[in-house]
Amino acid sequence: MPEPLHLAVALDGAGWHPAAWREPDARPADLFTAGYWVDLVREAERGLLDLVTLEDALSLQSDDPWTPDERTDRVRGRLDAVQVAARVAPLTRGIGLVPTAVVTHTEPFHLSKALATLDYVSTGRAGVRVKVSSSAAEYAHFGRREAVAFDRSSYDSPEVQRVVRELFDEAADWVEVVRRLWDSWEDDAEIRDVATGRFVDREKLHYVDFTGPHFSVRGPSITPRPPQGQPIVTALAHATVPYDLVARSADLGFVTPRDAADAAAIVGEIRGLQQQAGRAEETVHVFGDLVVVLDDDPAAAAARLRRLDDVAGSEYSSDARVFTGSAVQLADLLEEWTAAGLTGFRLRPATLPHDLLQVTGRLVPELQRRGLFRTEYEATTLREQLGLPRPANRYATV
Amino acid sequence: MTEKPRKQIHLAAHFPGVNNTTVWSDPAAGSHIEFSSFVHLAQTAERGKFDFFFLAEGLRLREHKGRIHDLDVVGRPDTFTVLAALAAVTDRLGLTGTINSTFNEPYDVARQFATLDHLSAGRAAWNVVTSWDAFTGENFRRGGFLAQDQRYDRARTFLATAQELAASWRGDEIVADKESGVFLRDAAAGRFAHSDAHFDISGRFDVPRSPQGRPVVFQAGDSDEGREFAASAADAIFTGHGTKEAGQAFYADVKGRLAKYGRRPEELLVLPAATFVLGDTDAEAAELAHTVRLQQVSGATALQWLEQVWNRDLSAYDPDGPLPDVDPVVGEPSVAKGRASARMYKDPVGTANEWRSLAEAKKLSIRELVVEVTSRQTFVGSAATVAATIDDLVQSDASDGFILVPHITPTGLDPFVDQVVPLLQERGVFRTEYEGTTLRDHLGLAPLPSGAPVGAAR
Ligand SMILES: Cc1cc2nc3c(=O)[nH]c(=O)nc-3n(C[C@H](O)[C@H](O)[C@H](O)COP(=O)(O)O)c2cc1C
Repeated sequence: MPEPLHLAVALDGAGWHPAAWREPDARPADLFTAGYWVDLVREAERGLLDLVTLEDALSLQSDDPWTPDERTDRVRGRLDAVQVAARVAPLTRGIGLVPTAVVTHTEPFHLSKALATLDYVSTGRAGVRVKVSSSAAEYAHFGRREAVAFDRSSYDSPEVQRVVRELFDEAADWVEVVRRLWDSWEDDAEIRDVATGRFVDREKLHYVDFTGPHFSVRGPSITPRPPQGQPIVTALAHATVPYDLVARSADLGFVTPRDAADAAAIVGEIRGLQQQAGRAEETVHVFGDLVVVLDDDPAAAAARLRRLDDVAGSEYSSDARVFTGSAVQLADLLEEWTAAGLTGFRLRPATLPHDLLQVTGRLVPELQRRGLFRTEYEATTLREQLGLPRPANRYATV
Repeated sequence: MTEKPRKQIHLAAHFPGVNNTTVWSDPAAGSHIEFSSFVHLAQTAERGKFDFFFLAEGLRLREHKGRIHDLDVVGRPDTFTVLAALAAVTDRLGLTGTINSTFNEPYDVARQFATLDHLSAGRAAWNVVTSWDAFTGENFRRGGFLAQDQRYDRARTFLATAQELAASWRGDEIVADKESGVFLRDAAAGRFAHSDAHFDISGRFDVPRSPQGRPVVFQAGDSDEGREFAASAADAIFTGHGTKEAGQAFYADVKGRLAKYGRRPEELLVLPAATFVLGDTDAEAAELAHTVRLQQVSGATALQWLEQVWNRDLSAYDPDGPLPDVDPVVGEPSVAKGRASARMYKDPVGTANEWRSLAEAKKLSIRELVVEVTSRQTFVGSAATVAATIDDLVQSDASDGFILVPHITPTGLDPFVDQVVPLLQERGVFRTEYEGTTLRDHLGLAPLPSGAPVGAAR
């Protein structure tokens, strides 16, 4: 039997295509209600998916990833992703919840306890996707530091590359602090010893004493170690510097290969960096990202994408490959890319709920038929679902 | 003769805190961190038609003599995350979170509260607190950067800035018309620019106007500056509560400050914290209350309490023996860190002398003395007595209601909801059904008209 694959869905607004909100089944007026997100995540859970990710940013969406726009014909506005995940958690049971957190402007102390709490309210299904901020607009919302302005044309210049390296180093520090804080309570720190009147054994609470160029954090966390010990850390990566963040700091990387050969090359690069980081023995998942436009009839999918592009006024392009076709064809592609070394996939539905329903109602049964996907949730935590052990506490002495 | 109409009482449930009010040693005491405990308390409060659930916050574990304080409950969840999750298991209950204005940024906090208000369909509230100490600052990017006398300056402008962000969407911008392709009516929705001594920010806020327009605002802080801040900008004030007379004086003081901000008395609710012990009879309740006090004040807790006032090590003393003959060390508190109680006694030597004479006169040990001088339960009695007391305090303007702090997690509120709430309902002073859906509705605060600025003073 082949290795089963892991499957995630990335939720964002009405779907990833800019015209998604205008589809007949779209619910654009509900985007800011809890019910909208509960329905989508429950559907993903019906498909037994490993996890959903929730996109987020500290600024309005923009068609241009580098600068804000003033468009009025696109979905604009968002809710905080960690809270959306928390709102959904008590109403789901098996699916992992992985909100996006911007690391550049936030406090690792706050996010560490927020993610630990997400792990408590979901009883062990929390993760996070860390994201650096390079948009000048976001810097201006906080007014604490200067953004170095750059865009696609200057991206490869040495000056910009140095800035990018710094941002990702800060992200690595941020993850380090968050992880230390999760470990700052040993699992058995709470003792409730009536004889001595002690609620905790303070030998099992630890200062994390992190000092770095961007922040210093003393600890311990105010929140006890969460059910998974360490909720899973993920990152989206398109180049060597972010691949290195995945290799050094993450449990799961999302990557954007063009084809199977590209997938093999990216996986190879990450495995090499993982070795350099001294993590060769650890499981680090690498999931391929794909935007999916799915219909039972491949021609219908292609026609739908053309129609969406017409409505949007331009041809849709993405950092990830855009797959158009049937769920059966997608299953073929996933098999081929799995053979290239990817351990799973994160599918970005072009429209919601249509392409999500195609994933849960068509792709998943097809993968199950091929013996490539679970037929029920067996794990009780997201780590278990991903085959990751519950990590030992770095501070525990026994 | 026309009678003054009876005031409706407001009630809230405070999740038991990380101090010695909370009794963790009782066999009935459950988890302070598992979500099921939060669900139980919140659903009990909603069963009792309470106005809201309340969560305090402290951003650094408390220390005693340079080590983590281990005698009280330690550990709590993240405020926004647990409240968002509670929104999933409750329907009407308000959700009040304590969030500090020193160790946060307005854009993030405004975004979080707008999100919580959306996800709860209009039930979010923000208790603005101002802890500023460098001790807590060691957990944050900018450290302890604020001088004590700047805390309300920053709090005021922080709150004002967050309100500006919330008001940057009028409420009618989202059209989402599939036919015409217009999602936003206004290309500038969310635009803001704010510049002052504390914040220099501009751009576009990314969360559309939330159901209440902005969270209901609570203020907790007793100083003159704190009261003024509440009068200018809060919808409710969270306070301590001593005697009826002290409550009335506080009530008159803060309500009296409203006029100069163009506000009416009913626009600022006074909601003190209150603890309670119920019994079948008043006598039984009194006996039970004493037992609870002894659970709250163990020998070790009593000694440490004394060390906070004495500001020195007293570990050589026996908690069941007489008070120390040495005097307190005057100066900066060095024994206790991150504990509100450390600053409670302004004249430690005077306090020590007072306590020594009290202990001598009544023949009290250290532990008995601490039980005697630290706050006993606010309400002790049968359900009938407690209902009558609460009603009297509210009708005589000592408060507009109470934020109840049970001493047992998570079931401590159950007897109050089962026994006292029905009596208050019989008296016609507490709702038997929620009439509105938002927290503003429950508190009797007029809705903020959409498109209007969202500051407290209108
Ligand atoms: C009833 C009450 C509850 C409070 N709760 C908190 C809290 O949960 N977290 C916190 O950091 N500060 C809390 N505070 C502290 C206040 O925000 C403020 O920093 C402190 O009271 C000092 O200000 P003051 O001199 O105006 O009283 C509370 C204060 C009061 C009076």
